[in-house]
Amino acid sequence: MKIGLEIHVQLNRLRSKLFCGCRADYYTLSPNSNVCAVCLGLPGSLPVLNSGAVRQAIMVSLALHASPSTRFNFVRKNYFYPDMPKNFQISQYDKAGGVPISTGGEMELITDAQKPLRVKLTRIQIEEDPGRLFHPSGLGSSKYTLVDYNRAGVGLLEIVTQPDLSSPREARVLITKLRSILEHLGVCNTSLEGAMRVDANISMDGNNRVEIKNISSYKDVERALEYEAVRQSQLIALGKPIERETRHWLEEKGTTSSSRAKEEEQDYRYFPEPDIPAVELTEDYIKDIQDSLPELPDSRASRFCRDYGLTPYDAGVLVLDKALADYFEETVRLYPKPRMVSNWIQTELLRQLNEKKQEISELRFGPKELAEMLSMIDRGEISGKTGKKVVMEMALTGEGPKSIVERLGLARLGDESAIRALAQRVFEENPNAVKDALKNPEAVNFLVGQIMKKISGRADPEITNRVVRGLLKAQTSS
Amino acid sequence: MKHSNEIVKTDATTIAKMVSSQEVPAREVLEAFLERISKYNDALRAFVYADIEGARTRASEIDREVKRGTTYRMAGVPIAVKDVISVKGLPLTCGSKILRGYVPPYDATVIARLRKAGCVIVGMTNTDEFAMGSSTENSAYGPSINPWMQSRVPGGSSGGSAVAVAAGMAAIGLGSDTGGSVRLPASFVGVYGLKPSYGAVSRFGLVAFSNSIEQVGLFARSIGDLKLAYSVISGADPLDGTTLTFDWNLTTEEGTKANVFRAGKVIEMSGEGVEPPVLEALDRTVETLKRYSIQIENVNIPHLVNCLAAYYLIAMSEASSNLARFDGVRYGSRVKTEGNWNEEYSRIRALFGSEVKRRVILGAHALSSGFFSMYYDKAARFRTLIKSEFESAFRNYDLLIGPTSPSPAFRLGERTLDPVQMYLSDVDTVPMNLTGVPALSVPTGFANAEGGLLPVATQLIAPYGREDTIFGVASLLEKAGLSTPKVVNPWGNIL
Repeated sequence: MKIGLEIHVQLNRLRSKLFCGCRADYYTLSPNSNVCAVCLGLPGSLPVLNSGAVRQAIMVSLALHASPSTRFNFVRKNYFYPDMPKNFQISQYDKAGGVPISTGGEMELITDAQKPLRVKLTRIQIEEDPGRLFHPSGLGSSKYTLVDYNRAGVGLLEIVTQPDLSSPREARVLITKLRSILEHLGVCNTSLEGAMRVDANISMDGNNRVEIKNISSYKDVERALEYEAVRQSQLIALGKPIERETRHWLEEKGTTSSSRAKEEEQDYRYFPEPDIPAVELTEDYIKDIQDSLPELPDSRASRFCRDYGLTPYDAGVLVLDKALADYFEETVRLYPKPRMVSNWIQTELLRQLNEKKQEISELRFGPKELAEMLSMIDRGEISGKTGKKVVMEMALTGEGPKSIVERLGLARLGDESAIRALAQRVFEENPNAVKDALKNPEAVNFLVGQIMKKISGRADPEITNRVVRGLLKAQTSS
Repeated sequence: MKHSNEIVKTDATTIAKMVSSQEVPAREVLEAFLERISKYNDALRAFVYADIEGARTRASEIDREVKRGTTYRMAGVPIAVKDVISVKGLPLTCGSKILRGYVPPYDATVIARLRKAGCVIVGMTNTDEFAMGSSTENSAYGPSINPWMQSRVPGGSSGGSAVAVAAGMAAIGLGSDTGGSVRLPASFVGVYGLKPSYGAVSRFGLVAFSNSIEQVGLFARSIGDLKLAYSVISGADPLDGTTLTFDWNLTTEEGTKANVFRAGKVIEMSGEGVEPPVLEALDRTVETLKRYSIQIENVNIPHLVNCLAAYYLIAMSEASSNLARFDGVRYGSRVKTEGNWNEEYSRIRALFGSEVKRRVILGAHALSSGFFSMYYDKAARFRTLIKSEFESAFRNYDLLIGPTSPSPAFRLGERTLDPVQMYLSDVDTVPMNLTGVPALSVPTGFANAEGGLLPVATQLIAPYGREDTIFGVASLLEKAGLSTPKVVNPWGNIL
């Protein structure tokens, strides 16, 4: 199986769109309120290239080991579609006199395999996002279609990989890593709807290549490819041919469908965009960006291993989500036991996020609360087990750990006489265990465990041990 | 108070001075021009929309501002604007049915700059549809007429502005020159017509026909006016990435002194097929320049004759893409259809005139895969070649000269049935668009035709960015009395 990806990344952290002054973060604005003569393509308007977009595209290129072009230009991709104000898209291309902003590049992925997987990139290019269509009563059945041009003209990077991936899972690993790189570079808020959109090519063992379009969330890439792999395998098993075609990913159904409208080969009539002069970049400009690149996931993982003593695996998991890695480091700053923090994040925190299908940014408690909770365990105020309960409760209510412990009465029982009373009850209920414990010191743990069980693990283990041993000693002597 | 005939004959530079010194109010200046519009526009069809009330309001406002001490470089100068340049609040149709009802919400950069300089926008002038034509006959409003002779076209595509300036309906005219669309009509009606260096004037707000070669240009009746208006509209614009600022100082004599020692007469422009009166005018120009100690030699630009083919390939290709946006979704005419959007687009785009359709189809073909390298790309490569031929000519000469057009104004309808004949009208003007160099059409005489006179012109062509040279040489011709543009009443009566 060969899979290649075309990933569209919105440059939504820029102040403005690619060719005009309208906002790049259009997500919360009412329809058609974030538009001007340029992004509406009014007669006579001209695009002026956003230099910030060039800078960010070079950052991404360098982070992905691609070679920036010292001279590049834009092309027009001509086709009629109602979401395109000019009925052409200003884009880049490597033919028809076009030179994209960078070529080549490589990503190294950690997969199940022994060796890291190297995926080659073909090119990275800058282009403008079209507007969005709304079909009020569903695609195909709507009597009319509404267009919102707020998004039209937002800068996009298109990152094209070679077909070096061999499973849907690897595709997901690539997307996840790319997402983290983009977040570390600060060029894309990838959590926003449509901020990362993917087209995927998949071909099975020498059969025709099928393109899946419209995967509008990076989260769906693996699912879409899995569906397509199964569909194609079934066809092959039945001895049926696989058509070379473009299919659309239908998010709600979780299937792909052939997009017949696009069956005939589109002729985009590319030619160099005359309104934007070719851009020349100096070596100094590129070097300056190279020198000021922020820390990227791979080197951050190495640092986590080196400075915090984490295992490469744990460090790898943390840095694949910048927000998670940030959360980790902030917690460590407040509670300097990195491995402990890492364990808690990777088990309890991620469990909460997975259960609630949340992003770390949506978590209702921050590093401060986590650190506070961990300190409470250290100080013996709660047990580790109680800590897990506190985490769950914090995730649910957003309440601080102290207040949760108070409200739910989860504080560790450190009162020796109370523990003694409990122990006496356990001794009475488990005479055989007591007999065993007298002979075999290992069996003491059973009795301790029974005491803990009675009060949900809140008894101070040190005191409890002392009390049990004291009671056993008393029995022997009597 | 001046007689209104005196006012319209006065050059813009003097008008600006009179208005600034409150000798004549801007409002009175305007009325003189409006009077001629109401008198002659029906016959000449220069304006397709006259903003009479808006202009009056603006003129009065300028008078008030002047009284308050505000200074303007072009106070009260009435301007005619080709109907392909965006003026906030005035209908913009590009001479087409497809844009009916569109009122732009913004000013083109040239308009904003002229307004700021105190100009009064009189209205929008006739043009070939989307500036595609050489006679102003391809207009949804009907053709403009040459004020020198009723049977003749004014040239195009900026024919409306040319006529407005020639017939004293505006002091300065704005046009656009994609392949000669300012210079050709200027030569046909006997006024100055400037095609600036590519990038010297902002195209922001100019509805694109062929972006890589066109420029906003000017019509005027004196070199002083041209320099004044040009110093106002030129210069880098943050809204147009292809603009830049040259370091001329057009406002002083010294800044446009004719530093020309050697000029080349382009053989390929002045040979066979050029009508005698045009050649005679060229000879008179040569003689005049010699009097100013300018040495004139013949110069070859071997591939000049191939420019027309390359020009039309590039212009049509870019146009096919530029005009894709006219789909009726966001502005302009809209038709109600029951079909899908493809069908709706087809119905809307049927509103284009036949010349526009021809160019869109030919351009789309020239760009399509399989033909790209044969057509568009070859034309683009030719452009590099012709540029280098011009560059080598300019290594030996400070200026090139030739006719603006091989013939004076042709008859209405004479070339409408044969597109290639029409395209041939641009043979002497398109090379400067392909190469981006500045050129000025200078009225240098008349041809006798049908018992009347038709203006003929000489073209001054300078190296890229050397408008100062052009103005300097043109001033010499003006001083020598060779070039004396006049306000003309229909048909051919000099005011």
